This record gives sequence, C-alpha cells and structure tokens, in this order.
Amino acid sequence: MDRRKFLTILGSTVAALGSAHLFSATPSYGRKLGTLKKAYTFFTQAESEFIEAAVARLIPADELGPGALEADVPYFIDQQLSGEYGAGARFYNQGPFGATTPYQGYQLALTPRQLYRAGIAATDQYCEETYGKRFAQLDPEKQDEVLKGLQGIAGDISLKDVPGTTFFNHLLSDTKDGFFSDPAYGGNKDMIGWKLVGFPGVPAMYMGLIGRNEPYHVEPVDLRSLQEAKAPVDEHGHVIHRRAAIPRPTTAPTSRPVDSSNSDDSRPEPSFAV
Amino acid sequence: MTTTLKPVDVVIIGVGWAGSILAKELAQTGLKVVGLERGGNRRQEDFTLPGIHDQLKYDRRLELFENLSRTTLTFRNTTREVARPMRRHGPFPWGEGVGGAGLHWAGWTWRMTPWDFQIKSQTIARYGERMLPEDSTIQDWPITYDELEPYYDKFEYTLGISGKAGNLKGEIQPGGNPFEGKRAREYPNPPLKRSYGETLFANATRELGYHPFPMPAAQMSQPYKNPDGVTLGACVYCGYCMNTGCEVMAKAVPQTTTLPVALKTGNFEIRTHAAVTRINTSGNRAISVTYFDGQGRELEQPADLILLTAFTWSNTHLLLVSGIGKPYNPATGTGVVGKNYSWHNALPYIPLYYDEGHIFNPFMGAGALGTVIADFQGDNFDHTGLGFIGGNILAAIAMGHGPLTFQPTPPGTPSWGSEWKKALAHYYTRTIQIIGLHDHLSYRGNYMDLDPNYRDIYGNPLLRLTYDYGPNERRMSEYLVSVGDKIAKAMRPSKYAVYGLDAHFNAGASYGIIHQVGGAITGTTPANSVVNKYLQSWDVPNLFVIGASSFPQISSFNPTGTVGALAYFAADAIKNKYLKNPGPLVPS
Ligand SMILES: Cc1cc2nc3c(=O)[nH]c(=O)nc-3n(C[C@H](O)[C@H](O)[C@H](O)COP(=O)(O)OP(=O)(O)OC[C@H]3O[C@@H](n4cnc5c(N)ncnc54)[C@H](O)[C@@H]3O)c2cc1C
Ligand code: SF4
Repeated sequence: MDRRKFLTILGSTVAALGSAHLFSATPSYGRKLGTLKKAYTFFTQAESEFIEAAVARLIPADELGPGALEADVPYFIDQQLSGEYGAGARFYNQGPFGATTPYQGYQLALTPRQLYRAGIAATDQYCEETYGKRFAQLDPEKQDEVLKGLQGIAGDISLKDVPGTTFFNHLLSDTKDGFFSDPAYGGNKDMIGWKLVGFPGVPAMYMGLIGRNEPYHVEPVDLRSLQEAKAPVDEHGHVIHRRAAIPRPTTAPTSRPVDSSNSDDSRPEPSFAV
Repeated sequence: MTTTLKPVDVVIIGVGWAGSILAKELAQTGLKVVGLERGGNRRQEDFTLPGIHDQLKYDRRLELFENLSRTTLTFRNTTREVARPMRRHGPFPWGEGVGGAGLHWAGWTWRMTPWDFQIKSQTIARYGERMLPEDSTIQDWPITYDELEPYYDKFEYTLGISGKAGNLKGEIQPGGNPFEGKRAREYPNPPLKRSYGETLFANATRELGYHPFPMPAAQMSQPYKNPDGVTLGACVYCGYCMNTGCEVMAKAVPQTTTLPVALKTGNFEIRTHAAVTRINTSGNRAISVTYFDGQGRELEQPADLILLTAFTWSNTHLLLVSGIGKPYNPATGTGVVGKNYSWHNALPYIPLYYDEGHIFNPFMGAGALGTVIADFQGDNFDHTGLGFIGGNILAAIAMGHGPLTFQPTPPGTPSWGSEWKKALAHYYTRTIQIIGLHDHLSYRGNYMDLDPNYRDIYGNPLLRLTYDYGPNERRMSEYLVSVGDKIAKAMRPSKYAVYGLDAHFNAGASYGIIHQVGGAITGTTPANSVVNKYLQSWDVPNLFVIGASSFPQISSFNPTGTVGALAYFAADAIKNKYLKNPGPLVPS
C-alpha cells in the first residue's frame, strides 16, 4: 500500500475525531437482555441475566460502537466456564488450604466455575438486601456503583461467600478476554473488539511495513474465515489483508480529569514475556 | 512394580534447549542416548497457520506451559511464612514438552559480560567489601568469559542469531554494544529491521549520550543455513513468537536447529510423557533413573551417564528428592543444593503514550525485536556513592502485541466502562513499552527446598521457593527509575509512567519474565557449589546438571545464551575429557 493512501486515511480519521460529539451518547446497539441466539450450558437463567447486565457495564455500547454484550461476551464466558478453564483443569487444586499472605496468588478452594456461581449469587443477594432488586434489575448507575464496590475502588462491598474483588477481577478479565479473543471462542462477534482497537486479527506478513510510522487500516480476519478459505492468503498461509472500507473512528480521550472514583492506579498489565 | 529397562549409554532428563544440545553432541559421537521428557511431543509441522495465531489458547491459557494440576511450586517471601502452592501460573510460567520453553521463547539471545562472571571480586576490587550487602551470597563463576566465548559463538552460529557486534577482537564497533566482551567474529546474521518505536528510543538515547544497539535475536533477518546444515527461513514480523512456535521456521528453537540433527544420527530416542521422579545412586555413582510413562507404569532406565537438563526447578527438585548433595540450610548457611536462587523482574517498566503523529502498529513485531542500551548494565557506570552494585539493560521492544494481552491506557484511566474503552481504542496503536532487565544478587534467605505440606501427583513433595527482593535491588530500583524517567522525557510522549520494583515479590502478579537461576550452582569447591566448572556433580561424577540452575546469581541478561554456551562447554568436556577417563574432572 502506498504512503499517500495512508495519509488520506489518517486525514479522515482526524476529521472523524472532530465530529465525535455528534454521535448519540445513548447506546443504540444494546439488545434486550436475554436474547442471545445461542444456548448457555453453564449459566442458569438468573445467572445469565446477571452476566449480560454486568458485561454491558464493563464494556458498554456507546458512541464508539457496540460493547461486550453485543460481542456475545456472556456466551464466551459461559463456554469457558463449561470447559477445561472453568473446571480449573490445569490449576493445582490440592489442599491443604489455609492462611495466606497477599503475595501468594490465588488460594481459594474454588474453581472458576464455583467462583462465578458463588460470586453471582452473593452479589445478587447483596443487591436484594440493599436495593430490593437483583443486579440485572438495577438501573445502570446503581449497577456501576455495585461493580465499583466489588472492585474495591468505591463503596467497598464485602460479599458473604467469596471475596468480592477476586470475583470482580475474574469477571473483568474474562470479559476482556471474550471481547478480544478470536470469534471462534464465541465472543468478539463480528470482530467488534478487534475493530475497536484496530487489530488486524490473525496476523500477516509485515516485512515491508515494520518500522513505518503509518496507520495499518484493514479489515480484520479471524480463524474461521481462513479455515473456510474466505480470506486470501500467501504461500505460507499468511493473510493478505484488504484495506478497510470505512476508517476506524478513534476518539481522543477526554482532556478533562477522569472520574477519579473509578480510576484504577494499579500497575498496568504489561505485555511481554522473555 | 518397577520394570527395569535395558541399559543405555546416556539418559537425558528433559528435552529443552540444554537437553537437545547435549543429545546432538553425544549422539554424534555414537553413544546411545535416551531423552526422557515429561510433556508431549511437539514437532515443527504442528505449528501451522492459521491455528497458531490464537492468543487465547497460547497467551492466556498457556497451552504449551506446565500443567500445574500435576506439579507446581510452593512459594513464600520469607522463612517465617507458610509456603502456599502456585495454583496458577504467576509471573514466571515454565515450559513442558519437547523443546521445553525453548520452543516458545522470545529469542533474546545474550552473552553475559566478563564482569558478570566475576561480580564479587571485581566489586571488591573497585569499591571495597562494604559494597556487598550483608546477607548477599553472590560468588564468582569458576569459568571466565574468555573460556566460554567459543561456546557462545557455537550457540549463536547454530541458532543463526541476528545482531551487530560491539566488540570484535577488542575493537569497538559502531552500532553494537560497546560494553560487551570481546567476540571472535560478527553475528551470523545482520540485525532485524527496526520498528518505529525503537527508532524513537534510539534517537533519544543517542541524544542523551548513550549507546543504542539492536537486540541479538533468534529470529532470522534472512534465510540461514547453520553449520549443522539445517536451514531456517526469514522472519516476516508476524508478531507471534511468544508462547508459541513459528510458522515459517524463522525462529531458532530446538525443533528447527538441534533436534533434527540429533534425531538424524539414529542414536537418539525421545520418550514423551516420561516424568522422572528419581535419580538412583549406588555409592558415588548414578545408576539409573525412575520415571512414570503415559500409561502410568513405573520404569527404571539404567545408564552410564545421566544428564539432568530439566530446567532450574526440576534440576533442583530431582537432586533434593534423590538425596544427591547436601541440601542448603539458610539458618546455618551450610549445604548447597537449593542455594542462591534468583530471578529478575522488569525494572523499570515504562509505557509511553503518544497522541498525534505517531503510530506503532503493536501487532507487527518479532519476539526479540528491540533496541537496547547497556550503559547502565553491570559495572558499566561508576557506582561510587550509589549504594548498590549492578544495573540493567534497557530495551524498547516491538515483540508483537495482540489486544488480548496488550491493553495500554494511561495512568488514571478507569479499568472499565466507556472511558476505558475510549482510551484503549486510542492508545492501542499509540503506545510503546520500554523494559529493563536487572542484576539481582543472591541472598542467604532466597533458596529452594522440599515442601513439608504439598505433593505432586507422583507423590513427591513439591519444591518450595522462598524468595524476595533484597536491599541492593530496592536501591537499584530507585536509581533505575530515575534513569527511565530521563529517557522517557527525552522521547516526548504525551503521557508515560515509570514503574520500579513492587514492595515484595508477588506470586499472583501477571506473567512477565521467565528467568530462574540457582539451586545447583557452579563453583570451585564442593563447599561452595553443587557442580564443578564443567557442570559435573561433585558428589556423583557420572551426573551432570546443566542449565540456569548453575548460575550463582542472575545478571541483567536473559539466560539462554549462557545456558546454550554452557551446554556446549559441558558437552565438550564430556566428549574430550570425561569419556576418556570417567571420573571427577576437577579434583575436590
Ligand atoms: C515465553 C518465554 C519466553 C522466553 N524468552 C526468552 C528470551 O527471550 N531469552 C532467553 O534467554 N530466555 C527466554 N526464555 C527462557 C528460556 O526459554 C529458558 O532459559 C530455556 O528454555 C532453558 O532451557 P532448559 O533446557 O534449561 O529448560 P527448558 O527449555 O525449560 O526444558 C526443560 C525440559 O525438561 C522437562 N522436564 C522438567 N522436569 C522433568 C522431569 N521431572 N522429567 C522429565 N522431563 C522434565 C520440561 O518438560 C522441559 O521440556 C523464555 C521462556 C519462555 C517460557
Ligand atoms: S515474528 Fe518472525 S520468527 Fe516470530 S513467529 Fe513470526 S515469522 Fe516467526
């Protein structure tokens, strides 16, 4: 791809930034809760309502586009919990259990499945006692309050059976996993997550591109389109990307101070392994 | 009932980098070699597109790493605590299966510097005894850099490392690392291409008077045929080296270098799903190893020569459960097995966030694509008055970062909700990372022994790790954070953060750096070490313990270059000294 085209794309991206406020702030993508077209195998009816409501707050549909609910993240989590990960099949689960320091990692006698089951029940019970409604029935502002309370950044909710923060952290990280993993796993529907950040999906050859300060604006490709031979590939099987039809709208983050009650100043998750 | 098998010449425990090098070298002499590997088989042809580009499977679920339901470590920060199992992988998961962690490593291929081999005597000579913290147990290696140089060279040429020499036969070369030890010849391949983020780092550090150079990488910058006649392809910067294999054979791993050559001799057999639980001895001889196979059978394999190449954890663990050598006791400071464990964290970690005019495309890259400065490594700068010794290498990296593991948002951003989403959408392509790898002294209280409370599925006690950062690392952290801050400013991002060491080592922290050393350290006498300079056990001369377990302390550099060099060094000693005269190679 030649440089001039990239610059044009960059130009229109910038234009999109300026008009971001024109988008409606009310989510227009949200679907009615409980209308997933696939079947849950782990979550009960009440649990699925909780999960759908919670992920819709964690990664909401907003002016940048659809969120975790629209990306089928609840289904992804359900499938993960139904399988090896949910069973803790690759974790050391033998006792004894006992007093632990804050530096010894996960020490609950619960598999991820058990943690979710207990965590959802305890959160719903807390909401019933506090607001007279289950989590899924609360309005979004209240739901955010509860989530912040679980996370331990505001309100500090302590649940009966499980540490709220541990439950919350699982929920948040599984939600993000479902938003960004290959759609083959049931989440990231229509590659919503990848399109949001500008990730091209199953990677390609970047020999001629590495080192350039230029946006790479292409239609992402997932495993399925490759396995069904719906995406062009080179002789090694690397994807040959098509340029994206519509430039990705990114919005510069607000320059006003962020809502500090929800700010998480812990060390960010680095990405390296050497 | 244990079934005893027909004796073989050599048994290798663990078929990773070290095991595969020893297998190749010894099978080529005509010896019959059996490799016992507790994980499954992994062939290059299993790593094909598109399936290997799956972040959930490899980066998050860690498909190729040790299955902890079988065995793990227990951990505590100090001897006053009860150790608890690492039930899930924390900051340093470890490998399993043919190729070991060598199959899914990132490929940063370093040599240590001459100073690293003589850290203690050089520090005392330059700054006096007082510079050593009271409880530190560091020691010089019994080997010098110059002795190891030909073996580093052999490892680098076998792997086809891409890089730029900084010191050719004593002449400093522009563009390389001016602080490195003398090397006999240039790297076999030129450096990889430089990513845009690295260019910003190189320009800024050069302006500050430092010396940026390309990371030595096990990714081929061009097609390469190695001295054993094996061919590797050129890297396409797909950004998917870490935690999995390479689809175009462009990353040097055992499967693309040592293993095919070893297997071609016809003298090397790999048995997979073979978990060794004991090394059996009689007097001062190792006679056999006991292992469980995939069918649950207990088998005993007799051999003349036993090579323990099962990584730091299992090397130490098998010595302890087999009762070979005297276990280290931190209360008295006596004993050696398990002593001088160390690990290094990222110090500092610096994410830099840009707004206008900079796009980094983080999904493009290669495992060892990075630009480095070593101006603050080891004793390359004057430590007078600083209150610590050692330092770090500092690298701007473009390793290939998919959004499942790389979700950069500036400090102060909420971790969820619309603000988070907006910040991530903006910064995913506008963020680069700089990390430092730092020296870490060995201390009296950092060690490994057998856990009294927890067992693996074979009935053995788990290995117990007692570990925390020491005073030298904490003071170093403050200093290196200030260096990082200066460099970050010079790179002019819109926002950045510089993170030093946390208060304590945390086994629940996220996955980062996989360098564990110690436990079966090398030294000059049986009182200060488990193995002699040839990595031969002092107690059992027909047993060699090879890997990073032999390092008396960790330096700033990723260990595998040195593990590889030591494997060739030990192979040479076995072939040219031990086989001619089986017995101790160093008098004790
Ligand atoms: C993701 C990742 C990235 C890395 N990046 C780098 C890097 O960039 N640079 C660098 O220098 N290093 C890096 N490392 C570290 C590097 O991989 C190791 O230093 C190297 O593989 C060590 O070689 P080894 O042969 O000692 O052990 P390994 O390669 O770990 O092999 C040991 C083998 O022994 C087997 N084993 C263990 N116990 C038993 C037993 N009881 N019975 C039978 N078999 C057993 C294991 O299953 C394993 O296959 C990285 C590691 C990982 C995981
Ligand atoms: S980045 Fe290069 S070496 Fe790494 S997996 Fe991709 S092509 Fe192979």
